[in-house]
Amino acid sequence: MSRLALLLLSLLLPSLAAAQDIVADLSQNRVSITTSFDGSELLVFGAIRRGGAEREDEDVDVIVTLEGPQHPVTVREAERRAGIWVNTESFDIAAAPAVYRIATSHPLDDILSDGSDLVHRVTVERVIRTGGIPDHFEQSGEFIDALVRIREASGLYAMQEGTVQIAEQSLFRTTFELPSSIEEGNYRVRIFLLREGRVVTQLERLVGVRKVGIERFVYNLSQEQPLVYGILAVVIAVIAGWAASAAFGRRG
Amino acid sequence: MQIYLPIAEISVNAILLLGIGGLVGVLSGMFGVGGGFLITPLLFFVGIPPAVAVATSANQIVASSVSGVLAHLRRRTVDLKMGTVLLCGGLVGAAIGVWLFNILRNAGQVDLMVRLCYVVFLGAVGALMFVESLRAMVRNRRAPPKPRRQRGWVHALPFKMRFRVSGLYISVIPPAIVGLAVGILSAVMGVGGGFVMVPAMIYLLGMPTKVVIGTSLFQIIFVTGFTTILHAATNRTVDIALALLLLIGGVIGAQFGTRIGAKMKAEQLRVLLALLVLSVCIKLALDLLIRPDELFSLQPVLL
Repeated sequence: MSRLALLLLSLLLPSLAAAQDIVADLSQNRVSITTSFDGSELLVFGAIRRGGAEREDEDVDVIVTLEGPQHPVTVREAERRAGIWVNTESFDIAAAPAVYRIATSHPLDDILSDGSDLVHRVTVERVIRTGGIPDHFEQSGEFIDALVRIREASGLYAMQEGTVQIAEQSLFRTTFELPSSIEEGNYRVRIFLLREGRVVTQLERLVGVRKVGIERFVYNLSQEQPLVYGILAVVIAVIAGWAASAAFGRRG
Repeated sequence: MQIYLPIAEISVNAILLLGIGGLVGVLSGMFGVGGGFLITPLLFFVGIPPAVAVATSANQIVASSVSGVLAHLRRRTVDLKMGTVLLCGGLVGAAIGVWLFNILRNAGQVDLMVRLCYVVFLGAVGALMFVESLRAMVRNRRAPPKPRRQRGWVHALPFKMRFRVSGLYISVIPPAIVGLAVGILSAVMGVGGGFVMVPAMIYLLGMPTKVVIGTSLFQIIFVTGFTTILHAATNRTVDIALALLLLIGGVIGAQFGTRIGAKMKAEQLRVLLALLVLSVCIKLALDLLIRPDELFSLQPVLL
């Protein structure tokens, strides 16, 4: 038993030591959604600690990802049947992030090996796949590609190659634009330190995105008292209709 | 001016929403249609999620219909008695429609059914109304209009009732059936049913066009009010902030629409409504026929 513990400890120690290789922080660890919210910017910055072990000329690379809350989604494919376009095939994805961004210090393919991607789930395709469909890669491929393509087109997913700036091989920084159609939840920021295609160490930070003020109030009401909310919506509509009619009636 | 919508979870331009609401409000006041078949696609276009767009447009239609009905009430062009009969049929129809909707959904392809329904009904209604109203315009130009008095099987039915505002003395059975049929359609297609109700009242019941508009709006208030509460309670997809922006534009638009409508001839109104209905129909038909740019579509899984 003690031997096993010792073994575990010896396995853990290097990784603990490795975790010291990089330090990072965010410009804000909470984002408030107010009525006038129109997107936001998140700065990720940090420093790479250069131990004595590696050579000074050895290149390091950094990849930073931003990942929104995960949700299940159904992807449907349309086909022409009897002259009209109909949804035929569909594929259920158990979990896909609402927002996903990757910032890299160099083109992704040059700095990240497929193996490391598979292990650490860096690219969005890997993040989606881990959601629940590990087995049938072949069929799911085109549906996952379609999901990524549609979300890239609407600005939710983005690949920002070369946007991580590394100064003096030790200080790095990058910024993410949070889209205006952001949703509430905990957003995960992961920072990977890479050498020769392999992930040396990784670090994780959370950003809480929350509705505040009247946005919070309206949302809570709609979720907790849906019937009251529905009746309120109709009452507001009736009053507005009456008010407009009354205002115009007097003038006309 | 950007504003973040709490339920739709998207930031949109407030002025644009006011404009959309206003445009649909004008049409609503002019033609007595709720505008659901117009506003929902417009909201999709702005980027509002479909479920929120459908539920919230029902809410906004309540406001513009109330505004429109009150304006029509002042002109005494609402047949409350007829509206109530239609509504009673409509509520029964809506219940049948919800049941039918669930059967279709279980069989899959409810989306396609709804779109085909739209194309068929918009096309048929639009074409019929267009031809008829053009004929009426030509006739009016040639000779002074004759008072239209139809006497047929409709007038032989029992349970006769006097609808003073409409100038009709007919059985309650035809209006109840019209209400029932429109109720089924609105539940299945997710609309107030004005674009079917208006022609049905004109051509099937023989009501005067000006009375039809106010009466249609009157029953739309109840149908869409009911729909709004149902959506809010079950799907939680009604966005009050979005509805508020749309209805500010909508209620003002409806007042102008009523005014414009009052200055126009009945046939002109019918031709314009027919053209509007036909153009939406053509747009929907093209969507079904033309190869989409993106063959795949995403649908969030509702919990």
